[in-house]
Amino acid sequence: MPSKRDPILVADRVHRHFAGVTAVDVDHVEMPRGKITALIGPNGAGKTTFFNLLTGFDKPQTGAWSFEGKPIAGLAPWQVARRGMVRTFQLTKVLGRLTVLENMLLGSKNQRGERLLPFFWRKQERSDSARALEILERFKLGAKAHDYAASLSGGQRKLLEMARAIMNEPSLVMLDEPMAGVNPALTQSLLHHIKDLKNQGMTVLFVEHDMHMVRYVADWVIVMAEGRIIAEGVPGEVLSSTAVVDAYLGAHHDTDLRELVREMEA
Amino acid sequence: MDIIWNSLRELITPTTAAYALAAIGLNVHFGFTGLLNFGQAGFVAIGAYGFAISVMTFGFSTPLAIAVTLVLAAGYALLLGVPTLRLRADYLAIVTIAAAEIIRFALNSSAFAKWTGGANGLYNEYSGWLKGSNPYPSGVVTVGPWTFGSNDLWIATVDWLVVLLTAGAIYLLVRSPWGRVLKGIREDEHAMLSLGKNVNLYKLQALVIGGVIGAAAGILYVQPTSVQPFDFATRMTFNMYTMLILGGAATVFGPILGSMIFWVVMRFTDELVNLGVDGGLFDNVTQGSQLRFVLVGVALVLLVVFRPQGILGNRTELSFDAK
Ligand SMILES: Nc1ncnc2c1ncn2[C@@H]1O[C@H](COP(=O)(O)OP(=O)(O)O)[C@@H](O)[C@H]1O
Ligand SMILES: [Mg+2]
Repeated sequence: MPSKRDPILVADRVHRHFAGVTAVDVDHVEMPRGKITALIGPNGAGKTTFFNLLTGFDKPQTGAWSFEGKPIAGLAPWQVARRGMVRTFQLTKVLGRLTVLENMLLGSKNQRGERLLPFFWRKQERSDSARALEILERFKLGAKAHDYAASLSGGQRKLLEMARAIMNEPSLVMLDEPMAGVNPALTQSLLHHIKDLKNQGMTVLFVEHDMHMVRYVADWVIVMAEGRIIAEGVPGEVLSSTAVVDAYLGAHHDTDLRELVREMEA
Repeated sequence: MDIIWNSLRELITPTTAAYALAAIGLNVHFGFTGLLNFGQAGFVAIGAYGFAISVMTFGFSTPLAIAVTLVLAAGYALLLGVPTLRLRADYLAIVTIAAAEIIRFALNSSAFAKWTGGANGLYNEYSGWLKGSNPYPSGVVTVGPWTFGSNDLWIATVDWLVVLLTAGAIYLLVRSPWGRVLKGIREDEHAMLSLGKNVNLYKLQALVIGGVIGAAAGILYVQPTSVQPFDFATRMTFNMYTMLILGGAATVFGPILGSMIFWVVMRFTDELVNLGVDGGLFDNVTQGSQLRFVLVGVALVLLVVFRPQGILGNRTELSFDAK
C-alpha cells in the first residue's frame, strides 16, 4: 500500500491469535497525521483487539509499530498514553464513585499533586477545572459535573469517556465505537466535536458501524475483516468497493448493512 | 452505671488508639485504593517486634528504633507488593494473609526465641524512653469519670496525638490529586492506565504508606504492655476490617470512630457477660464470652442492614455498588 506523507502511526506485521483463532493479522498500516481515520469492519474483525495491541493493553505474538517516529511496541499502556496516544473503550470505563468533574481532572496531564505532594497543586487544579468544565459543557455534561459518574446513562458515559480522553490533550485519540448508545439527538454534535478535534490539530482514529457517519467525518477509511486490512482509501471509494460490501455481508446480515448496500447502489 | 462508664473508657485507651491507627493504614489500602490486604496484622507485628528487638537486643535509641522499624515495614511492603500488584487483586490478598501468618509462626517458634522470646513473647523493657518523658504526676490520675495509671495516660496521650497527626496527613493526601488517582484505581485500573497513570507505582505507594502506618500502630500497641505473638493473628486484621465497615471505609475519620465503637462494644458486652456470670446466668465465663461474640455479631448485622455505608460513609456512593 502506498506510503502516506508523514504518518503519525506506522504498524508492521502485527499478529495476535487466541488459542488458534487469529484476531489480528495486519501486514502494514499507517495513520495519516492530522486526519480523521475511520476503522470499520464487521463484528469480530479484530478492531478492538488492534486497539488493545497498539495501546499496550494486549501483547501480540509478533509485530512492530511506531508512534511519532519512535517505536512503542512493548511499552506499558500508561507509557503509550504519556506519549500522546489515548484511547477509549468499547465497553465504557467511567470511574463510578468519582464525580464527572473528578473523572475529567484525572485526564489532566502533569498534575504535580499526583506525585504525593499534599500541597502546591491548587493553582493547576483551578485551571484544569476551568478547562474540564468547558469541555463538559461542549459535551452537554456541564450540568452533571458534580454528580457521580455512576449516575450517568450509557450514552453519557461514552461522552464522558471521550471528554476525559480529550482532557489528556493527546496527539492521537483512538475512539472505540464512540457513538454506540449515544442519544441520536447528540450524535450530530458529537460528529461536530470529532471534526473540531481535527481543527485543533489532533489526529483521530475511530471505530464506527454507521456508514453515514463515516462518510460524513472521515478523511480516510481502513477496512478490517477477519483480522486483516482488506481495503483503505478515501470514504467515497472504499465504501463502494465490492470487497468491503462482501466483507460485511459475509460476516453477518443485519438491516443496517442491507441499507448500506442499497445506498451504495444508488 | 459503672458498666456504661467502664465501657466508655475504651474510647481513649491506648489499644483503641493503636487499632485506629492500624485501621487508618488499612483504609489507605482497602478504602481508598481497593487493595485487598488481609495481612495488616503482619505489618503491626513487624512494628511491635521490630521496635522491641531494636531496643532490647540491639540497644538502639528509641528514635533510631522507630526509624529502623518503619524502614523495615516499608521493605516488607515492597517485598509483598512488587511481585503481586501487577497481578490480579486476589494475589495480594493471598500473599498478605500468608505472609502475616508466616511472620506470626516464625515469631512464635522457639527457633528465634533468643530475639523474639518465642511463644512467651517479650517483656516490656523497651518503653523506658517514652515513660521517662511522662510529664503527668506519678500514681493514679483522674480524668473526668475515669482513673488511669500515670504512664498509661501518658501513652494514651502520645498515641492519640500520633493518630490525629496521621489522620491529618491522610486527609491532605486523599484530598490531593494523588488521592484522586488512588480512588480512580479503585474504580477502574484500565481507565487509569489509558490516561497515562502508572497504576502499579501508585498501588505500591499506597501499600507502603498503609503498611508503614500499620507498623507505627504496632509500636504504639506494645508500649503499655508486653509483646505477645498470639495478638497478631488473622483475627486482628479482620477486627480492623470490622472497624472500617463500622466507621465508614474511604473516610478519614471512619477508622478512628470504628475502633472506638468496636472497643466500647467489646467492653460493654464483656461487662454484661460478667454481670451474667455473677448473677448465675452463665455457668462460667467461657460460656458467657461466647455469647459476647454473638452479641457483637448481631450488632454488626444490624449495622450492615440499617447503615451499610458505615457511620461516616456516603450512602449515595454505596448505592452504586449494586449496579
Ligand atoms: N481475550 C480474548 N480471548 C479470546 N478471543 C478473543 C479475545 N479478544 C478477542 N477475541 C477474538 O478476536 C476476534 C476479534 O475480536 P474484536 O477485536 O473484539 O473484534 P471487533 O472489535 O472488530 O468486533 C474475535 O473473534 C474475538 O472472539
Ligand atoms: Mg470491538
